[in-house]
Amino acid sequence: MFELPSGAEIQGIIASLKASVGFFIPEIYLSVLFMLLIVIDLVAKGRKNNLLSITTLLGLAGSIIFIYQQHSLPAGELFFGMYVLDEFALFFKYFFVLSGILAVIVTMADEQFDREVKSMGEYYALIVAMVIGMIMMASSADLLMIFLSMELVSFTAYILTGYFKRNPRSSEAALKYLVYGAVSSGLMVYGFSLIFGLTAQTNLIKISAELATHGYDPLVMILSTLLVLAGFGYKIGAVPFHFWTPDVYEGAPTPITAYLSVASKAAGFAILMRFFYVAVPHGGLPYEDILGIDWLSLLILLSVASMIYGNVVALWQKNVKRLLAYSSIAHAGYLLLGIIVMDQFGTQATLFYLLSYFLMNFGAFYVVILISNKTGSENLDDYRGLGKRMPLAGAALTVFLVSLVGLPPTLGFIGKLMIFSALLVKGSLYIWLAFIGIMTSVISLYYYMLIPLNMYLRESKQPDEKSLNPGMGAQIIMALLMILTIYFGLFFTPLSDFAKYSSAMFGITLH
Amino acid sequence: MLLSLIVFLPIIAGLVILAVPSSQKQIIRIVSLLAALAQGVLAVLIWRGYDPALPGITAGPGGSPLGSFQFVERVPWISLDLGGFGPLNIEYFLGVDGISVTMVILTALVSAIGVLSSWTIQKQVKGYFILYNLLASAMMGCFVALDFFLFYVFWEIMLLPMYFLIGIWGGPNREYAAIKFFLYTLFGSVFMLLVMIGLYFSVLDPVTGNHTFSLVAMATQSNYIKDAILGPDNVMWRYVAFIVLFIGFAIKVPMFPFHTWLPDAHVEAPTPISVILAGVLLKLGTYGMIRINFPLFPEVFQASMYVIGIFGAINIIYGALCALAQQDLKKMVAYSSISHMGYVLLGLSAGNSEGMVGALYQMFNHGTITAMLFLLVGVIYDRAHTRQIDKFGGLATYMPVYAAIVTVAWFASLGLPGLSGFISEALVFVGAFSSVTTRYIAMVSVLGIVFGAAYLLWSLQRMFLGKRKPDAAYDLEVGEDGHEHIHFHDWKGKIDLDGRELAMLVPLVLITIFLGIYPMPVLGMLTSSINKLVQVLSPVVMSQM
Repeated sequence: MFELPSGAEIQGIIASLKASVGFFIPEIYLSVLFMLLIVIDLVAKGRKNNLLSITTLLGLAGSIIFIYQQHSLPAGELFFGMYVLDEFALFFKYFFVLSGILAVIVTMADEQFDREVKSMGEYYALIVAMVIGMIMMASSADLLMIFLSMELVSFTAYILTGYFKRNPRSSEAALKYLVYGAVSSGLMVYGFSLIFGLTAQTNLIKISAELATHGYDPLVMILSTLLVLAGFGYKIGAVPFHFWTPDVYEGAPTPITAYLSVASKAAGFAILMRFFYVAVPHGGLPYEDILGIDWLSLLILLSVASMIYGNVVALWQKNVKRLLAYSSIAHAGYLLLGIIVMDQFGTQATLFYLLSYFLMNFGAFYVVILISNKTGSENLDDYRGLGKRMPLAGAALTVFLVSLVGLPPTLGFIGKLMIFSALLVKGSLYIWLAFIGIMTSVISLYYYMLIPLNMYLRESKQPDEKSLNPGMGAQIIMALLMILTIYFGLFFTPLSDFAKYSSAMFGITLH
Repeated sequence: MLLSLIVFLPIIAGLVILAVPSSQKQIIRIVSLLAALAQGVLAVLIWRGYDPALPGITAGPGGSPLGSFQFVERVPWISLDLGGFGPLNIEYFLGVDGISVTMVILTALVSAIGVLSSWTIQKQVKGYFILYNLLASAMMGCFVALDFFLFYVFWEIMLLPMYFLIGIWGGPNREYAAIKFFLYTLFGSVFMLLVMIGLYFSVLDPVTGNHTFSLVAMATQSNYIKDAILGPDNVMWRYVAFIVLFIGFAIKVPMFPFHTWLPDAHVEAPTPISVILAGVLLKLGTYGMIRINFPLFPEVFQASMYVIGIFGAINIIYGALCALAQQDLKKMVAYSSISHMGYVLLGLSAGNSEGMVGALYQMFNHGTITAMLFLLVGVIYDRAHTRQIDKFGGLATYMPVYAAIVTVAWFASLGLPGLSGFISEALVFVGAFSSVTTRYIAMVSVLGIVFGAAYLLWSLQRMFLGKRKPDAAYDLEVGEDGHEHIHFHDWKGKIDLDGRELAMLVPLVLITIFLGIYPMPVLGMLTSSINKLVQVLSPVVMSQM
């Protein structure tokens, strides 16, 4: 039975907690912002203005200062090994805050919210809560913490997906998301419990040490990693855990679709990398097993399946959001390639690819929203002749799509270049994976080009050809995102250096 | 600066056009024309300043990293640290040698003629010229880039404008043709990407000791790391890399069996784009082989010479036979392009100076002659709105100037002595016969000349000689002077060639005749580079490795 701790021990715990709090300031700040937003919503109810969105925007932007200050802190574990602070976590803190900011900007541009809901109420607070959850995911170093933060992200995501209460598609999406999410979390927790059974530890670093010193039953190990992968795979939207993506992406409010497809996916990758690199690293240790497969083979299977399935099924899509959903499955496959390499270069390539994906995917969804504001549709057929009616939007969307295909001179090309370089630097070992990667990106060209094809090559069905103006602010943001996609495609050194800096992970045993 | 200027001038013109309101069509056209003419002036400056004695191709005799390339511009562009691997260096590295300088001149010439030919484009003029200028810049960039990464960037940038130029301004089946072109060429170039990365990891710059994308360093076999993925020890992967690179370039050439996109693209593309496509873009395929494929993998080239030769022969004969079967004049010219690019492949496969000089000269001549052929097809299509060979007859009587130029172009294409095409084809055959590997292939390929004469003369006869056919695409009217005049249904312009059309065609005719009589201006620039290339590719040099 539990023994009550003595007074001195309690003093020690409190002192340790106090020491850790200093490393936890951005998260505390964001939690305060979350509560502040709820209070503002209560106080300023009924007044239709941008108070909430502006507060969220400024609040999120302010958190960047606190994150920046953490660079000077030493990397290490906090809160009795529940949480870590390292360059890798900092990268994702920036990433999630920036995607939160973009999600708010995109929401402000989306006119569908004016039609569907009376007040924005808790919407912005939930976005902030999701940012906190994802930051915690990227920084978790303990199985319990991983589970808690993932659930925080999932619950906010369910609510946000179903935010258009009266829209049956939105509610359907939320329900599907919830059902799949519950199953995969259940599987993941089962996997965690098996690992706990093997090692009697929940801290990732201690698990690694335990596995290395005491050995384990390979069958249990492969089973538990497979179960854990169900949870992570669901978050990153990789085949075969992807079934929710098309429906959720189509049904959710478009800003949330963009947010989920970029930030939530990145959070999944963050925790996947930390879990596999720190807790069950591959190589160097006697991890061969009777089945002849290890978790690396599982990741390779996932990656290949995602690239092929996502790109091939996207060919038949008629709805742009659905098309981008399948494309996001494919991109999960490309991102996994960088993880499979299992070295620092691979991590750098994955992080770089996430940055490029962030820019081009948000850009694409932003234009999709602007177009649907004006035409009220996300069907490919309704994109006909839009190139003439919305020249800047058409050009910007084309640039983002070209970047998603991976053609120069865009950022997406550099992302692919980094990933394939990371594969080829290993010699001929992974060439076949690189082959599949480039073959599927040729396939992807076809469906991505369906959008410019409709915008430019086909005439609009309606006779009216008057041009549509999405508004000055939207034009500027769109142009900015487009220019950044091309600029970083030509001068990508700062992004790459940042990705390399961020590839340092606490407790990592890779070389 | 000269090379940067010639590459980026069209893009600058494109940016200027971006600022011009789309209603000012004439200004947009004139800006483009000025840019193209300025490009021409720069090309002349490069031509005059070029020293034909310096060979280029690889590093210079003293191991100089720039080699004997001319007009070199070399600045570090991107330098970054790859975790666990080391630095990645990409340079902005431009320069020309004999192989590229001829192509630079050809590109400038064809781009300018393309602008003139685009004068009749009425739909979305602004967008058209922006894309056109982007395409012109990218093509030029490909020919002068000496850094593989830079080359690849230019190579890929070409695809998107081309897709839209065919897709928006093309014929009825343009969607299919545009995406087919895009998918085919992308399929070829993505493999190039993998080979490029592999080469980067396998090659060290002899001066800095870093990995490099420099094509000059890659062309010297002693710069390869022995056990790297594409190093000399990794024979299998070197063969694979050669084959996939070759397929990538062969798609652009286009070589049988990767040629099927070309007739579709040509038939749907508007006239100026056909001119650019046949005049310059196809050359990029063979240029890529000469610049990258062969010198980087010389031992694989030696081993595969006869295979390339056989594919060249198939191209020559198959292309000619297909051309013979066409009813559509443009499709016939498109297949004749396939046939004539076969001569280039045959000349390259000979691996000796005569054959290679012939191949390069054929590239230049095919650029000018095919540009002429497509312009002439465009002239008649503008008037009659059909290209069916059977819908004409007796045109020579009513359009004498047109008929005269057609005759020159057609004869140049079939290789009549005195016109430029003859000299290059003759050189190709001299080279191919004198090489043991390709001798029998050359014998078979000669048949192509016979078929070539057949389809060209037959079409000439059906369209221009004889009398008007009963279902012809034009009417005859007896004028006040008692002579018969030709009348196209809704053509308001001049029946015979007008001033703009003459301005496009006459320079090409003169070049074709001049280079047929005195080929030295082009051959003189080529020879030292080709001799060096042959030396690089020859087995003797490789044994010294």
